[in-house]
Amino acid sequence: MNLMEYRAKALFRESGIPTPEGVVVAAPEEITTVDGPVVIKAQVLTGGRGKAGGIQFAATTDEARAKARQVLGMSIKGHPVRRVLVEPRLDIASELYVGFVIDRSVRAVRLLASSRGGMDIEAVPKGELFSEPVDVERGLTEEQLGRMVAMMGLGAKIAPQVRDVTERLWGLFKSKDATMVEINPLAVTRDGKVLAADAKLTVDDDALFRHPEMGKPEGELTALEAKAKEKGIAFVQLDGNISVIANGAGLTMATLDAITAEGGRGSVFLDLGGGDDLERMKAALRLSKETQPKVVLLNIFGGITKCDTVAMAVRDVFVGEGIDVPVVARIRGRNEELARTILKDAGLIPAKSLQEAARLTVELSKGGA
Amino acid sequence: MAILVDHGTKVIVQGITGTQGSYHTKAMLDFGTRVVGGTSPGKAGQEVHGVPVFNDAKAAVAATGADASIVLVPRQFAPGAVNDALDAGVRLIVVITEHIPVHDVIRFVHRAKRQGTVVIGPNCPGVATPGRSKVGILPDTIFRPGDVGVVSRSGTLTYEIVNSISEYGLGQSTCVGIGGDPVIGTNFIEAVEMFERDAETKHIVLVGEIGGAAEEEAAAYIKEHVSKPVYAYIAGRAAPPGKTMGHAGAIISGSKGDARSKVAALESAGIKVTTWPADIPKLILGEM
Repeated sequence: MNLMEYRAKALFRESGIPTPEGVVVAAPEEITTVDGPVVIKAQVLTGGRGKAGGIQFAATTDEARAKARQVLGMSIKGHPVRRVLVEPRLDIASELYVGFVIDRSVRAVRLLASSRGGMDIEAVPKGELFSEPVDVERGLTEEQLGRMVAMMGLGAKIAPQVRDVTERLWGLFKSKDATMVEINPLAVTRDGKVLAADAKLTVDDDALFRHPEMGKPEGELTALEAKAKEKGIAFVQLDGNISVIANGAGLTMATLDAITAEGGRGSVFLDLGGGDDLERMKAALRLSKETQPKVVLLNIFGGITKCDTVAMAVRDVFVGEGIDVPVVARIRGRNEELARTILKDAGLIPAKSLQEAARLTVELSKGGA
Repeated sequence: MAILVDHGTKVIVQGITGTQGSYHTKAMLDFGTRVVGGTSPGKAGQEVHGVPVFNDAKAAVAATGADASIVLVPRQFAPGAVNDALDAGVRLIVVITEHIPVHDVIRFVHRAKRQGTVVIGPNCPGVATPGRSKVGILPDTIFRPGDVGVVSRSGTLTYEIVNSISEYGLGQSTCVGIGGDPVIGTNFIEAVEMFERDAETKHIVLVGEIGGAAEEEAAAYIKEHVSKPVYAYIAGRAAPPGKTMGHAGAIISGSKGDARSKVAALESAGIKVTTWPADIPKLILGEM
């Protein structure tokens, strides 16, 4: 789950990481007295806010409200702006970067820091990037922090503040089961203070069960995706017209790839998962219908999952509950023959190979009205 | 001897009295696996499909001499089960359980490395050496003994590819599902290294997917260290960025982890990459 800036900053404050004193509003009228220059920042889970005009400056209450109204009406890369964060404008002398991320390659957490903040960290030259894995047993060490601030070339007044922020950020990363946390930029003001001017935090979805305080995801899922997530169904809404349903993440991806290779476009990626639970499958299939596909492609490899259970679920939901779109079904493995009979009786279109199934599906998706 | 599991492998099933544990104990016994014990707290003395149950892995290993374990417990108990198996001192731990928090995975994977224990998974289908032993949940019917080593981040997609290899008249030395999580105990490089050393493996098939850089790292390793021919399939070419595609590890983050970069890296290492999973056996036979 990705947190919006204002929520990540609230967690920063709880951890003792200095941030500007901001307020988050959903309507311009909620902005009360503006006392000095402020920045108005769109709260969306996408990069490039500044370039898109999602970050504005103002000096008076009227101006702040006008700018907020403008930003609140925007959509940035398809993300509608529902909230803005209003903060005092910082008098920034320099911009730093500090972050922690799960590094798959070393199977540990990696600390990243740079004196070149304010830009994409991937674009920072290697020589100016401090990058070290955090020892799994010892955690972040004093020596490591010492190496970090030395490499960043920070002065005696700034270095201790950056160390402190980094230690607190590490504590937050651990306590919230984060997979990524980033302060970019970590601002150094002209009067020598260090503050988190921006905040990014991603929490491990698989650990949310022990973080009820995190609440629900905001701004990253469609209504249907949110519904699916509550039911524990892997469901990604797409903008095409073919509902791609398979069991297992890899097989579902391969099926989506297949229709795309044949010139079609998916309306949904739906992984039925590895189980054999008829009701759960039905719930998943009903969600896929809500994307209003023109054709459905079902690709099942029955191992643990029994093919006939899937066939029954498909029959019940797509035929029993009314359907006016064709269903192409490729189904192999455990109880395959039983499944074929069920699907044939229900009037579904059988296919042998993945390529054949994909071709047939894409043809159907392009035919007719 | 193929890799990881063979005739001699003695396995305990952690969570043997559960629905999954019981079902797969039977399936492994039918495959020919020597399932010698199982664990379930407070249920010592019971039997599941004729297999004795112990309270924990330490007791099970002490009584049976097992050298491998399979973890089939719900996710909230999984880190504890892995640590139990590590305490018991088995050589191999296969973690089937899905949705274990990654911070917990980092800790037990680290401990296993330090101890010299091989962890496969989590969130994986396990390991099978056709005709000999299976420590996993892979379906029995798809395998045929042979000389193709298969390593994959996926489950059902692996079955699909293994099945197509068998239907084409070829077979597998060992099939390893390394799992779909961001942090896993055994990665592509480590599995490929085992296949390279294994006298019974002549060909290596790598089934990758979007997310992370494990395929790119494997490509670089293979170029330098692997003499056997490697063939690959990468899932997720059509996946949109920023979306988790079923597996926790299958996500394109910004410009990182997309299929194009993986295919390019593999191809530049001289590895043949196919668009269609069913074409893998044809690639192996040099028919395309």
